[in-house]
Amino acid sequence: MPEPTTQVAAREGAGAAPAPETRKLKYGEAVNAALARVLAEVPQTLLYGEDVGKPGGVFGVTRGLRRKFGERVFDTPISEAAILGSAVGAALMGARPIVEIMWADFSLVALDQLVNQAANARYVSRGAAPAPIVVRTQQGNAPGACAQHSQSLEAMFLHVPGLRLVMPRTAQDAHDAVVAAVHADDPVIIVENRTLYFGDKAEVELGGAPRPMGWSHLRRPGRDVTVVSWGAVTDRVLEAAAGLAGRGIEAEVLELPWLNPADMDAVLASAARTRRLAVVHEANVTGGFGAEIVARVAEAGIGLAAAPLRIGAPDVRIPAAPVLAEALLPAAGPIADRIAALVA
Amino acid sequence: MDGTERRLADLHAMWRVRALEEKVRELRVAGDAVVGSVHLCIGQEAGPVGACTELGPDDALFATYRGHGWALARGVPAEGIIAECAGRATGVNGGRGGSAYFTAPEHGFHGENSIVGAGLPIAVGAALAGRFDGSGRVALTVCGDGALNQGASHEALNMAAAFKLPVVFVCENNYWSELTPIDEMVGEPELWRRAAGYGMPGARVDGNDPAAVRDAVRDAVARARDGGGPTLLELMTQRLVGHYIGDVEQYRRPGELDRAREEEPIARLTGALAAAGVPAAEIEDARERARAEMEEAAAAALAAPPADPATAKDHVYA
Repeated sequence: MPEPTTQVAAREGAGAAPAPETRKLKYGEAVNAALARVLAEVPQTLLYGEDVGKPGGVFGVTRGLRRKFGERVFDTPISEAAILGSAVGAALMGARPIVEIMWADFSLVALDQLVNQAANARYVSRGAAPAPIVVRTQQGNAPGACAQHSQSLEAMFLHVPGLRLVMPRTAQDAHDAVVAAVHADDPVIIVENRTLYFGDKAEVELGGAPRPMGWSHLRRPGRDVTVVSWGAVTDRVLEAAAGLAGRGIEAEVLELPWLNPADMDAVLASAARTRRLAVVHEANVTGGFGAEIVARVAEAGIGLAAAPLRIGAPDVRIPAAPVLAEALLPAAGPIADRIAALVA
Repeated sequence: MDGTERRLADLHAMWRVRALEEKVRELRVAGDAVVGSVHLCIGQEAGPVGACTELGPDDALFATYRGHGWALARGVPAEGIIAECAGRATGVNGGRGGSAYFTAPEHGFHGENSIVGAGLPIAVGAALAGRFDGSGRVALTVCGDGALNQGASHEALNMAAAFKLPVVFVCENNYWSELTPIDEMVGEPELWRRAAGYGMPGARVDGNDPAAVRDAVRDAVARARDGGGPTLLELMTQRLVGHYIGDVEQYRRPGELDRAREEEPIARLTGALAAAGVPAAEIEDARERARAEMEEAAAAALAAPPADPATAKDHVYA
C-alpha cells in the first residue's frame, strides 16, 4: 500500500501574498488586518465563532469582516464543541476554518475536539487526513475578571503533541501569527490577550510572504542573566529589566511568542552565555511551560552559576478583586528583585 | 435490481459484515493477531448495508468505534480493515488507528471515533465545508443511543438545524448504552422525538430491515441535498454480542438474546427469502461467498508485515 500523501489542497487557488505596506495599528486592529488578508488570499478560509460575524466580536477584533467577506464570516450558537468539532470536520474536507473561542477558559468545555480529534487526525491517518484548524482565543487576567475568565492555560495545550501554539504580545506578532497559522498545515492555537487589544498603535508591516512558525525575539541583550518570557507579562519583564539596568544588572530578555514550535536553540544559546536563567509567565508555576524551559536547559548540560528561577502565578485560583489578583500575578518590582537576587 | 435480487444483495452485504466481524473476533480471541479493545456490530448489519447505498462518492460518512460494518459497507476493503485491527503495515492506517479509530478518506469513510458523540460536530463541519466548496456533499454521522446523551451531540444537532446543513444523523439504538439500558438514562426513550425540539424531521426506523433503513436514509439524503437541512433517524436494532470482546454481559435480561436472534436482520431476511421461494442454495451462497472473502482477506492481512516501529514518530506535524 503506497504511503498516503499529505493533503494540502487547502491553499489551491490562493492568491499571491499582498504587497508589503506599513500601517499604524492597535493589536486588535492588526489581528483584524491579518484576518482580512487571509480571507482575501486563501479562498478556503472560513471565519466563525460566537458573536464573530455581525457583531464583529466581543472585543471588536472581527469588525467589518462579515460585511467585506459575506457568508464566509458568521456567528454560531454558544456551543464550543460544535465550533471546534465543525472546524475539524471542515478542515478534513479541505477548508481552512479560523474559529474563535471567546475566552480560553471556554475551550475547557470542548477540549475533546482539540486533543482527541484535531491533534490526532494527521498522525493516525499518516498525513492523509490532517485537520489544519486555526483557533483564536485570548486568556489571562484583567482587572475584575472572575476565576473562570482569568486562567493562563497554555501549558495544558503544550502537553499535547500535534497542536501548535503561539502567544503574540505585539501588534506585529499578532498579525504575523494569524498569517503564519493559516498558511501552516497543523492545527494552531493563537492565544491573544484582551488587555492588549486596545493599547497604543504601533507600526505594523502588512503583506509579504508568511513567516514560518517558531520565531522568537531578543528584546534586550544582556550578559548577566537570561530571562525567557511570553505573553502580556513580557511587558512587565521588560520594565523589570530596564530597572535592573539601573542597578547594574544586564538581563537578556528573550521573548518566545511561539511555544510550539519554540525556539529552544535561542534559549540554550543565551543560557550557555549568561549561565543564569529565569523564566517568567502569567500561568501558575506548577506544570507551567517554564518548567519545560528549565528542564531543557538542564538536559542540555548547561552548567548554571545559580539555581534557575521560575516566576509565575502561585498555585492559587485567580480572584476577581483587582487588589487580590495583583497580589498573585508577577509584577515588575518583584520580578526585578528576584532576578537581582539570582545574579547577586 | 428487482426485489429479490436486491434482497439477496442485501443478505450478501450483511453476511460480509457479519463474516468480517466473526473473523475479527476469531483473531482477537484465538491468539495475539488482534489485541486490545474490539467492538463488534454483530446483529446491527442492516444499518450500514441499508444506508451506504444512498451515499455518493463525495458524501462523507462518520462512524463510531463500532464501525467495521460501516467501513465495509462504504467500500473500505476488508483486508485493510483486518490488517488495521492486526497492527499491520498494510492496515488502512498502517496500524495507527486500530479496530476502534481508523479512517479511510479515499473511500468517503472519514473515520471511526472512540469518543462517544464526538463524530456529530465533525460531520456538521463536513457539511458546512460543502456549503462553500461546491461539492454538494451530504454528511452522514452514526452514533449509538448513549451518544445522544452527550453535550457535543446536542450542540451538533442544534447547529445543523440552525444552519439547515445537509447532515443525516443516524442513531443506532441497540438499547444498551455500553452496559446500561438506555430507557433508564432518559426521560423519553423514543429518541427520535428529540428531532422536533431541534426543528428537524425525525423518524424511528426498523433498523433490522435494510430496505426500511434505505428508504429512510434516501429521503433524508434527498432532503439534505435539496437544502432541506438535517434529519435524525433512530434505527431500532440490537447487538447480539457484548459491548466489547470480553464483556460478560451479565446485564442481559431473561430471554433477551433469544428474542434478538429471531429479530436480527440476517435471520429475518433469510426467513423472508425462504418464504418467498428463493432457493436455499442461493441463500447459502450469499453467506458462503462472504465467508470465503473474509478468509482470504484475513489470510492476506496476516501475511503482511507488522507496522514498522521506525515510523512511529512520523506524521505528528506537517
